[in-house]
Amino acid sequence: MDVKYTAELAKIRLNKEQVDKLGSELNDILSFFKNLKEVDTKGVEPLSHVLALKNVFRDDIVKPSLKKADVLKNAPQKDTHYIKVPRVIKG
Amino acid sequence: MKYKTVIGLEVHVQLLSKTKIFCSCSTAFGKEPNSQTCPSCLGLPGSLPVFNMEVLALSLKAALVLHCRIQKVMRFDRKNYFYPDLPKAYQISQYDMPLAQNGYLEITDDDRLKRIGITRVHLEEDAGKLIHTGAESLVDFNRCGTPLIEIVSEPDINSPDEAYQYLTKLKSILTYLEVSDCNMQEGSLRCDANISLCPVDSAELGAKAEVKNLNSFKAVRDALKYEAGRQKRLLEEGGRVTQETRLWEENKKVTLSMRSKEEAHDYRYFPEPDLPIFEINEEDIETAKRSLPELADERKSRFVEQYSLSDYDAGILTSAKPLADYYEKCLVILAEPKEVANWLAGAVMAELNARNENFSSIKLKPEELVEMIKLVRDGKINSKAAKEVVLPEIIEGGKKTSDILKEKNISQVSDEGEIGKIADEVIRRNEKSVNDFKEGKKNAIMYLVGQVMKGSKGRANPKTVKEILEKRLSE
Ligand SMILES: [Zn+2]
Repeated sequence: MDVKYTAELAKIRLNKEQVDKLGSELNDILSFFKNLKEVDTKGVEPLSHVLALKNVFRDDIVKPSLKKADVLKNAPQKDTHYIKVPRVIKG
Repeated sequence: MKYKTVIGLEVHVQLLSKTKIFCSCSTAFGKEPNSQTCPSCLGLPGSLPVFNMEVLALSLKAALVLHCRIQKVMRFDRKNYFYPDLPKAYQISQYDMPLAQNGYLEITDDDRLKRIGITRVHLEEDAGKLIHTGAESLVDFNRCGTPLIEIVSEPDINSPDEAYQYLTKLKSILTYLEVSDCNMQEGSLRCDANISLCPVDSAELGAKAEVKNLNSFKAVRDALKYEAGRQKRLLEEGGRVTQETRLWEENKKVTLSMRSKEEAHDYRYFPEPDLPIFEINEEDIETAKRSLPELADERKSRFVEQYSLSDYDAGILTSAKPLADYYEKCLVILAEPKEVANWLAGAVMAELNARNENFSSIKLKPEELVEMIKLVRDGKINSKAAKEVVLPEIIEGGKKTSDILKEKNISQVSDEGEIGKIADEVIRRNEKSVNDFKEGKKNAIMYLVGQVMKGSKGRANPKTVKEILEKRLSE
């Protein structure tokens, strides 16, 4: 289990201690899956989804959206119309 | 060594549903930033997506027309990545159970039909829009959650021109279906291209470049031409093509490497737990099939057969659905297929082109156009006056043909007395042409006809003018 790579993907910063701790915990979790692999699944249909539901739709009817002021309320940085973030492309 | 160009296209198309794919926010374009969002499309905790039925209907139509096999069960998956235009930090997309697979699109290549395979058509949600200014990027989430289909082609395209044709055909089909308006300027159709070169006799594909930032069909063609040339030079010099993403620079007409240090994307797709699976049965497919309209190719053949139009005119008139619809609306009022076709495919299109206007936004009502055509046919105005005076006025909409006729004093003159007077004057002043005609140069009369037309300020009926002149000159 590459803890550093996983942390990178999740955009979280870990110190050496945390990497070691999480490494052993995650390895324990992964080893549980080995138990699952030992179960005989011959003749069992593969499951495509955990929900027992299917075909849940809504009609194509517009409902009111949120007010812009409310949308922007939680943004740490904003102007009158937009949420602001640090520039994401170079140039 | 001779090389073969291998191109595959990934096209994203926004669907014309009124609401977003998983929430009831409007998809209208050009509204105030961040005014069309809700907890679901903003990814706020506790909100859940619910699939829009109309999106399935629209995407089914597109997949059927592209001859795809519709999957019995489709599923949504999460594609995980961080970017400020994606508030949930994942995009709801489809991975291994997409809507449809294994289709094709036919293009015409040197008068020969060529089939371009469609690998898959899948559904996904669009991201928001970013505007980069100075040290910041501004985020507008209105577009976030707009329904998209991604149409992935097989690497069956062998030249930039074929790529251009594929896109043109795809746009024609999807706009005819009214599944999307495919407007590249507004971003409702977007295209990325993969291109590689390999020796003609090799079965193995070369390393490919993915070209992005293509803002028009022309840009796709130009960028692919440039990229094919660049890769050929590299290979001929004994170099190697790097597998990478390159951006098309419209101003400099070159592609440049993105040079991003980012490692290969790891999207960690997994089944979307907030949405159930969707079963598509035979009945759904039959319903969608029944709702398919007549497409451009079929309509063109019908126009040729039913209205005795030339291939060329039928091609122009069926090039866009609004134009073909308009033509047939005119025919309901005036059953003169050839005459209406000539005016519509000729003068009307020319006038719109001159104004840099698109047919889809035409303001001229079929009734007024037909009125003008009738006046020409009945000899009330000549076609030159119709083209140059009436059409430019009525094409703006609002004005009636009959009013312009009164206003501009262009009613055609067929009165022999009035034309006779002008003809006498012209004969007196143009002795040389008159003598030429009398000596047997029959064409000389055309100059005299022109002079009489000019004398009548274009209002005379040219047919009457010619008759009167011939009569007088043979006396
Ligand atoms: Zn919403």
